[in-house]
Amino acid sequence: MNHVMTDGLVNDTPSSRTAAETRSADGRPVEPGHAPTTARDYLDAAAVAPLHPAAREALLAALDDGWADPRRLHREGSQARLLLDGAREAIAAAIGARTPEVGFTGSHVLAVHAAVLGTLRARRRAGTTAVTSAVEHSAVLNATAYGATDVVPVPVDTRGRVDLDAFIGAVQSYGTAIACLQSANGEVGTRQPIEAAAEAATAAGVPLLVDAAASIGHDAPPAAWDLLVADPRAWGAPAGLGVFAIRERTRWLAAGPEHDGLERVAGEVFIPAALAAAVSLEAVTAEREREAPRRRRLVAELRAAAAAVPDVEVVGDPDDRLPHVATFSCLFVDGEVLVGELDRAGYAVGSGSACTAASLRPSHVLAAMGVLTHGNVRVGLPVGVSEEAVRGFCAALPGAVARVRSMLGASDL
Amino acid sequence: MSDGDWWANADADVTVDATGLRCPLPVIRLAAAARDCPPGHVIMLLSTDPAAGPDVAAWCRMRGHALLAQEDRGPVLASRVRVSGTPAGAAPSGPAPGGGGTPAG
Repeated sequence: MNHVMTDGLVNDTPSSRTAAETRSADGRPVEPGHAPTTARDYLDAAAVAPLHPAAREALLAALDDGWADPRRLHREGSQARLLLDGAREAIAAAIGARTPEVGFTGSHVLAVHAAVLGTLRARRRAGTTAVTSAVEHSAVLNATAYGATDVVPVPVDTRGRVDLDAFIGAVQSYGTAIACLQSANGEVGTRQPIEAAAEAATAAGVPLLVDAAASIGHDAPPAAWDLLVADPRAWGAPAGLGVFAIRERTRWLAAGPEHDGLERVAGEVFIPAALAAAVSLEAVTAEREREAPRRRRLVAELRAAAAAVPDVEVVGDPDDRLPHVATFSCLFVDGEVLVGELDRAGYAVGSGSACTAASLRPSHVLAAMGVLTHGNVRVGLPVGVSEEAVRGFCAALPGAVARVRSMLGASDL
Repeated sequence: MSDGDWWANADADVTVDATGLRCPLPVIRLAAAARDCPPGHVIMLLSTDPAAGPDVAAWCRMRGHALLAQEDRGPVLASRVRVSGTPAGAAPSGPAPGGGGTPAG
């Protein structure tokens, strides 16, 4: 691969408050009339991380070298093919797969759809039931609801971890075609017991789909899987790409019409994005030994600071969790208004509250855990986040919560 | 039967109508009613926001009130809560005597 690594990442990311950077540094437009007067901190990297500097560089270089049809045999085509093969090889190495096992799709959601529907099709004589945890990504819940005759959503405990005995029991039941378990929950950070689930699935002869969108790029890749999907946006690659890997021994049949593309799923791969994804995954993997424990400490600080605010419930497993996600819910607080307050204070964060969702429904993850769904804040610390950003956020939080409660007349409840 | 006032006969001391209000207003209205109620009183909350179900349960847990029942009545969710006699944040109280029934309809 002809990529160029950038060093000094910690100081290069747009999260440094001291630098005279705005959102445009991470590729996000500055909204008119909303231009920040101070430096901003992007702390919503649980699902979408800022474009990694290494990804940006690879993307720009590959625009010149990777535009041709990789199926063509001429020099331009071969060059594009070389970049695509290199990207596939690098991603395979980082996720613990063999190169031919790794495929690309147009997005993480499309990868989930293909994994679920193709497995159901290949296994239709074995069964038509899908087993999932209740807190899977909505793409998994939607695809299984669409394609399977029956779906068994296995409950989770208050920390968001699946009931392993119930999951194994459901996997072993007659007629189960596919088992779906995320490596970790992207909303609350709790890791799932992948190894034990995989062992049971293998023993039962049921393929296990591991949705690793929340963990790859931040945490060690899952120990075992038959099908794996990942979201390159999580590790600083551009949108428009999904990763879909299948073990060579696993049966899968395309659920759509035949096509003459290079991937399992129809659609041309945007090769610059694939190369950017490979380069940034290599970069964050190389830094993980330093960045994961550093962010884990910052997440612990953040969780403690949130818990110190009156009537705030910090959710997710305190220890067995992703290194970069912190989630909490504030009683008597409107999540949308709180996200706006924090935004004005210079902090971009996410939320699982109903008022922040297009559907106006609360997060199915928080509801399944039985924790407060309103006033929810989800913080995702990007690679290279500064300590000042996290401490500044912790300092701004109590005032923001108090202001929203006061607006709602709920200060003395 | 008329659906208009099926809760009028329900077993509650106070009824809070939070239908049409979005989160977190139903829980705020419920908490305001609880603050003004003597311990042991039962409050019936009527709500239509999809977040009210889990959030009323979570509020009861956080404040130590007893969630007696939640009943889905079409678009309206009816939650019955027995106000705790202990200060906010205390452990949840045990099952209330005579409580736990579903509202008469």
